[in-house]
Amino acid sequence: MLLQHIRDVKDPEHPYSLEELKVITEDAIEVDDKRSYVRVTFTPTVEHCSMATVIGLCLRVKLMRSLPPRFKVDIRVAPGSHASEAAVNKQLNDKERVAAALENPNLVDMVDECLAPSYG
Amino acid sequence: MGESVQWIKHIELYVSSTATPSEQAASVDAVATLLKKGFFTLETLVKEMEMYLTTTDSIVRSRGNLLLAELLDKLASKPLSSSSIHSLVGFFTERLADWKALRGAIVGCLALLRRKVDVGNVTNSDAKAVAESFLQNLQVQSLGQHDRKLSFQLLECLLNHYPGAIGDLGDNLVYGICEAVDGEKDPECLLLVFQIVECLGQIYPDPSGPLANYAEDMFEILGSYFPIHFTHPKGEVDDSKREELSRALMLAFASTPLFEPFSIPLLLEKLSSSLPSAKVESFKYLSYCTAKYGPERMASHAEVLWSSVKEATYISPQCTLTKESELLGGMGFQDSEVMKQSFILLQEVIQQYGDFISLVLGDNDINVFINSLNQYKEMDDIPSLAKQRLHVVGHILSTCAKPSPALCNKVFNSFFPLLMESLGISVEKSFNGYLDEDCSPPAEFNFAAIYLCIELLAACRYVAVSLDSSTPALEFSHQTWSTMLSNSCKSLVKTFFSLLRSMEADQSASSGVYFGVKGLEILATFPESFLPASNSLYENILSEFVRTVTSGSTETFLWTLTLKALTEIGLFANKHPESAKAVIFEKIVVEKFVSLIPSGESAMPSSLKLKAAFEIGGTKKDFMLKVVHALSAAIYTNFSAAYDEGNHESGKVMIQLLDTYTEKVLPWFLKIGGFEEIPLNFALGIWEKIEHTKYLNLSVLEIAMGAGYQDLLGAIMSAIKKSVGSCSNESQEIIINKAFGVLSSSTGFGFESGSSLVKEEDVKQNLNPGDSSCKHEWLTSLFASVIIALRPQTSIPNGKMIIQLFIKSLLNGHVPSAHALGSLVNKLPLEIKGMNCSGNLTLNKALDMITPTFTGISHHDNVSQSNGSGIDFSSLRLNTLRMQSGINTAIGLAWIGKGLLMRGHEKVKDITMALLSLLMLDCEGGDSKELQIIDEEDMHQLRKTAADAFHIILSDSGECLSRAYHATIRPLYKQRFFSTIMPIFLSLVIKSDALLVSPTYTSRSMLYRAFAHVVSDTPVIAVLAESKKIVPILLDCLSVLSKDVANKEIIYNVLLVISGILVEKNGQEAAVENAPIIINLLIDLTTYQHMMAIRETAIQCLVAMTELPYTRIYPLRTKVLQATSKALDDPKRIVRQEAVRCRQSWASIASRTLRF
Repeated sequence: MLLQHIRDVKDPEHPYSLEELKVITEDAIEVDDKRSYVRVTFTPTVEHCSMATVIGLCLRVKLMRSLPPRFKVDIRVAPGSHASEAAVNKQLNDKERVAAALENPNLVDMVDECLAPSYG
Repeated sequence: MGESVQWIKHIELYVSSTATPSEQAASVDAVATLLKKGFFTLETLVKEMEMYLTTTDSIVRSRGNLLLAELLDKLASKPLSSSSIHSLVGFFTERLADWKALRGAIVGCLALLRRKVDVGNVTNSDAKAVAESFLQNLQVQSLGQHDRKLSFQLLECLLNHYPGAIGDLGDNLVYGICEAVDGEKDPECLLLVFQIVECLGQIYPDPSGPLANYAEDMFEILGSYFPIHFTHPKGEVDDSKREELSRALMLAFASTPLFEPFSIPLLLEKLSSSLPSAKVESFKYLSYCTAKYGPERMASHAEVLWSSVKEATYISPQCTLTKESELLGGMGFQDSEVMKQSFILLQEVIQQYGDFISLVLGDNDINVFINSLNQYKEMDDIPSLAKQRLHVVGHILSTCAKPSPALCNKVFNSFFPLLMESLGISVEKSFNGYLDEDCSPPAEFNFAAIYLCIELLAACRYVAVSLDSSTPALEFSHQTWSTMLSNSCKSLVKTFFSLLRSMEADQSASSGVYFGVKGLEILATFPESFLPASNSLYENILSEFVRTVTSGSTETFLWTLTLKALTEIGLFANKHPESAKAVIFEKIVVEKFVSLIPSGESAMPSSLKLKAAFEIGGTKKDFMLKVVHALSAAIYTNFSAAYDEGNHESGKVMIQLLDTYTEKVLPWFLKIGGFEEIPLNFALGIWEKIEHTKYLNLSVLEIAMGAGYQDLLGAIMSAIKKSVGSCSNESQEIIINKAFGVLSSSTGFGFESGSSLVKEEDVKQNLNPGDSSCKHEWLTSLFASVIIALRPQTSIPNGKMIIQLFIKSLLNGHVPSAHALGSLVNKLPLEIKGMNCSGNLTLNKALDMITPTFTGISHHDNVSQSNGSGIDFSSLRLNTLRMQSGINTAIGLAWIGKGLLMRGHEKVKDITMALLSLLMLDCEGGDSKELQIIDEEDMHQLRKTAADAFHIILSDSGECLSRAYHATIRPLYKQRFFSTIMPIFLSLVIKSDALLVSPTYTSRSMLYRAFAHVVSDTPVIAVLAESKKIVPILLDCLSVLSKDVANKEIIYNVLLVISGILVEKNGQEAAVENAPIIINLLIDLTTYQHMMAIRETAIQCLVAMTELPYTRIYPLRTKVLQATSKALDDPKRIVRQEAVRCRQSWASIASRTLRF
């Protein structure tokens, strides 16, 4: 069900959705409704993908908009799929840094671009 | 002279290189108009233009030529003398050599060549000269696209209009055309090229003619275009264009048999293409060419054709099971386009070239396949590929057998014995009485063989039917297939029977049932002159089917299928009404089902009985008449049983009978038309029954049936309404007289004549008093249903008494009376013309009678006015009994008001005012002490009824006042009512705002309730026009109404109106002013617990709000986002999804500042 929400998110570099690019799959999503916990593990297309953080940010924003506030969202890069895995994970799950990123108008525009609903 | 200067100016303008295209077009038009009006002649024009036409400046010369050519084009319908045409065409022909001014020359030739005979056209010799000049001077492929197109148009025009003249050119022409078209790539030009080739084929059919010499060259050019494929698709238009081009090319391919040696190999070669579209195209072309080239030429290709068809269908079948496959015995396939086209080719080849069939029949693979079928014992055992092949083989065999009896013979000879053998049946003359012997059926069936067998049977039935219609007296017996079939027919029937019986217990849709029923149906629908399906066999089949249907207790697959087969057989038999089969069908099937209707003994539930009877009756008018008679008889019998003896079982049966009558049988007759006596007799019959039913044991029946009692009454009423409604004026008059007679001879109506009522007096003494009022109400209901369905033109006797009756019973709370009164005021004539009018009622008289009773208040109705004297409602308040009658009055007013409104009568205003005053009662009388006395609950009820009256007035009703019941409906009546009542509501709302004291709360909420009804029942377009004024009130309305859970439906309707307003530009302007209030309200509604649709619509409205100007909504953004986050946790998924959408659109209205 959660996949419904994030499958349409577009890749910042391609006109394709993350699902089409196999960046996210059904198996990589873990939802625990009772404990209000969500974990999304995504696989960047290449190991040095510079956009991994942006993709993660898009996912986070999309989920913030789509899930009730009670949920804690944990977004990770799939183990072994990215060169600087630990750094990316840290960046994505740090509240302060996410908030700071969202203050950056250029980043926010980019995120919104990715989240724009695709018709068809 | 002034004019001549003027047109010369036009010419100069056209010729000059500075003018814009639109100016040039305008000047051509201007000169053409002057020429048409005859201000000057063409000769003058040419003389004036001489300089432009012959100058050495090539630009001016080309423009001059073009002007003259375009003028000629405009003058296509102006008669010209033959000498001027001759000289003009000579001029342009010469000009074709002038490549610098070519366009004008081509356009000019074209314009002249296209002229009709009656206005003077180009002679044959001139046309030939044009063609010669064309061939000599034009290098088409070196021209631009537009010029090429014009050149091809010129060629096509010559070929079409002057085939005789240019035919003499022979080789020259064909060669020239080859040269001109070679290498063309533009689709528009290609279309013309293909048409040109097609024309050539018609001009030179001779196998040793000019085309024959160049056929190979020509086809080399043509063939390179096949299959039509665009390398640079430019959009959607291409698809239709491709179709068009492909069709033109196909016609060109098939235009002459001379192409055969080149085209067929090419097409066959393309069949092996991996592109499915190329295959489809090739098959299509092959079928078309086969039809055009003729059997002699195609004979040499037969083997290759068969192997390619076999490859596309049998070897690698491409068909998928359809969704309905289960219902078609598991063999419902959807063929791919390639397969469809290859079957068409097969059919075409077999029709053209009968010997082809030996290839099919002798095919080793197919024979081996059929022999291999014995290994499958169940349909589901057959693997998918084999199933597809089975389907293909079935299709191939039936295609082969269908075209003629001779082909059918061949197919039967090769396959039928084989199939029969695998079913254990001999095709030799069988022993007598085989069917009747109780020989045990085979334990297992070869389903594949049965399937093929049925396909073959269907094909030979097709042949038999087509033979039967072409040569009526034909003897079938000498045909091989006929002999074979008649020998094995009995055994086949027996096999199908045992197939059916073995599956009878099986509830699901099994293939056995389908094949059994299908096979029997085919055998039963052979034409009568065809011997095998003899009458005794036919009888057997019918009896078996009837037995299956009548022993069914639920609607199983078998049951529906059998019934359908029976109706098919019936339809077939009735094509020849005199035939023995039709007679047998009537005797065995129709009589049986008709006899089933009344009897309650059969195992079948009555709903199935009625359904079967209706379906069978539908095969013929006479049968349906029988069904109707049986049905009415059954209704009458049960009527007596129910109402005389209080038999509740009969009551229940009767509901079903009546439903079948009104829902199915009556509409069937109405659709056919011309059976007016049926509804008339039915309605009269019912009243007859009422008259003769001495003891209307209503209370007994009511107790016995419980809730079903009202259903029964409803069923009778709707049956009466439907049947009266479908009668003409005269019949309606008969019915109403009858009904009135029954009513007046009955007691308790106040208009009995006083005689012959002794008996009924006696009866009355035996009954309890409650029963007589019960009976009174019952009769009034039935009478009301007659009145409701009357046509406006029908005259009503004793109108006054009828109205009084209805008024009286309405005041006792009888709603159908209100419907009847509403219908009456809707349909009564304004005035009656003619002498004999004393007894008839006019609208005004009726209103005079009605108004005092209902709108006694209306004399004091002005809301501004305080309590008056007379029959006002202050007296009503004193006791609850009167309060009840107030409620009844409100209901009555609603229906009467609806009737008046629909015909557009002004009195509706009085009624609305009366309703409003009921609504606002305690606003006026707030000071009255009596307020304390009345029950607040009742008061509330009264106001609520008055408010709901507006819903009645504006909504469409199925009960009465609809088109089916001949209501007078003025167009746009809802809009009209809306625009008159809106100002009143607005002022009332303002007034009630001023009186914001606690006791007025309910009346205020009721005012809003009425308002909500009016707004949501009016078409949105009308509401939009007023949206500025309405939006604030609507919002108040929502906030007031949402306090009570019972209002949820109304809230939902209002919300829909709001969403309608929000998506419309006009409405958005109104919404802008109130944006904060709207959003607050919507936010409240997103958590409305009692109805999901409200939450969903509220969130959708919020999404729509984002379309409003940014500056207005931006401040509300955070609030909306916070509020909708709650909706994300909604228990319903749809709401959650809407909430996500909503948050997404609100979050992104200001992407630079995301704040959560």
